[in-house]
Amino acid sequence: MDEGRRVILRSAGATGALAAALAAGLLKPERVLAATWDKSAFRQKDVADALKSIGADNAVASKQVMLDVPEIAENGAVVPIEIASHVPGTKSISVVIDKNPFPLTSRFDFMEGALPYVKLNVKMGQSSNIRVIAEAGGKHYVAMREVKVTIGGCGG
Amino acid sequence: MLALRTSAVLAAVALAIAAAPVRAQDEKKEIQKYQRMTAESSPVELWELEGADLWKAKRGPNKVSLERCDLGMGPGVLKGAYARMPRYFNDTGRVQDLESRLVTCMTTLQGFTEKEATKRVFGNADKPSDMEYLSAYVAGKSRGIRMQVSTKNPKEKASYEMGKAMFHYRAGPWDFSCASCHGTPNKRIRMQQLPVLSSAQGARGTYTTWPGYRVSVSQLKTMEWRINDCFRQQRFPEPTYGSDAVVALTMYMAVNANGAVYRGPGTKR
Amino acid sequence: MPGPMKIRATLKGDYTDIRVLMSHPMETGQRKAQGKLVPAHFIENVTVKVNGKTVVEAQTSQAVSRNPVFAFRVKGGSKGDKVEIGWVDNKGESNKTEAAVA
Repeated sequence: MDEGRRVILRSAGATGALAAALAAGLLKPERVLAATWDKSAFRQKDVADALKSIGADNAVASKQVMLDVPEIAENGAVVPIEIASHVPGTKSISVVIDKNPFPLTSRFDFMEGALPYVKLNVKMGQSSNIRVIAEAGGKHYVAMREVKVTIGGCGG
Repeated sequence: MLALRTSAVLAAVALAIAAAPVRAQDEKKEIQKYQRMTAESSPVELWELEGADLWKAKRGPNKVSLERCDLGMGPGVLKGAYARMPRYFNDTGRVQDLESRLVTCMTTLQGFTEKEATKRVFGNADKPSDMEYLSAYVAGKSRGIRMQVSTKNPKEKASYEMGKAMFHYRAGPWDFSCASCHGTPNKRIRMQQLPVLSSAQGARGTYTTWPGYRVSVSQLKTMEWRINDCFRQQRFPEPTYGSDAVVALTMYMAVNANGAVYRGPGTKR
Repeated sequence: MPGPMKIRATLKGDYTDIRVLMSHPMETGQRKAQGKLVPAHFIENVTVKVNGKTVVEAQTSQAVSRNPVFAFRVKGGSKGDKVEIGWVDNKGESNKTEAAVA
């Protein structure tokens, strides 16, 4: 049995029609399992391409997108960021780190009831700009901060 | 005219000088912000949760849990126990820190041999050790409680004095002592400020962050590990886990930290 | 076998703060251990539901820190509201947990 199907059956506890469809090779694991994962966007290596892949190549700088992050990170493995968008009608927030091997780090889609707010920890390979892009009404708004990543003292 | 210009120049120079030290202050502020924000978004609580399960699990040849383990306040009394350790224990006749006391309970209650109980005390990012989970859990039970380590018992006093002597004792191929790094103010390694652990202020601020989740290695590290690693960094021989030597150094720092409120397992670089 | 996961959801005036702690290696696929590349293994999707309704859907990558911690906010909310958060990773492994708003 191919690996993908084995994973599905184990994790989804597939029975009945689902199992039959899987056994017949009619369903691919990715489609059954979860929401979409924008592979092409996440695999962009250049920040300009990454921004373009999420439609943010023409994002306008906005003070209504709040990005709180320390200017110095004692270690790049964990950089804490707090983001809130005050642009009315914000539907999603994406986080891009210019100098990471793959600049697009994450994307948060907000449905009815959620506030356009998120706090997360990201990895930074080196000192870099962090861009936070809010999407509202089909337009993109960006806030950017530079974070300096330092190497630890006592041998990490 | 000349006088006016001179004073204007002097004022400008004064402003420039005043502005220069602000940058160093900003750096310190941003690092403190990093430390605060990482602590607020730390996964460390998960170690306490796992530790709780391990504490209650019936394990070892005796198939017994650790729930009757006496950490100095009576069997199974956890609240505030860590804030009073290290301390003297009658049953072993020793001053013990948390980790050596956990070994005692694992051997006497659960029937593990000392070798089994100390087989894998330091874990890794993929698989933490039982000791790390248990330490986080027990330490968490002293959250919000003031450090109140006693030196009333003569053995406790002796342990403290030995720790103090060890702290200042230069040894090893580099002639280091703990005090080489942690005995004088305003020392740092790269961007890390080195706390003065022989002072109340330094000890209070630092001792109370252990055990702690280290973001740089994604692991919770304990005080036995910290001292073990300091020995390594000083090129000292490796200390025995739970030995009187490690307990003495822990005792010295813990007593120096008395009065500080313990805030639970910390988060650190 | 996924590691522990915990939600803490608290009412904060006119919004509910939802904090979730996860254990996951979030391997980038670029790290070497014992001379060999450790394969990429990271959470790709996170879903947040309140009282059965999805409020946040996240796509994450290997650039999110190991043992991820996220905080979200929902408008209003009441004590006892059921918050459920689940994740799925690139290997198809998953985990979820729930908690009541305190």
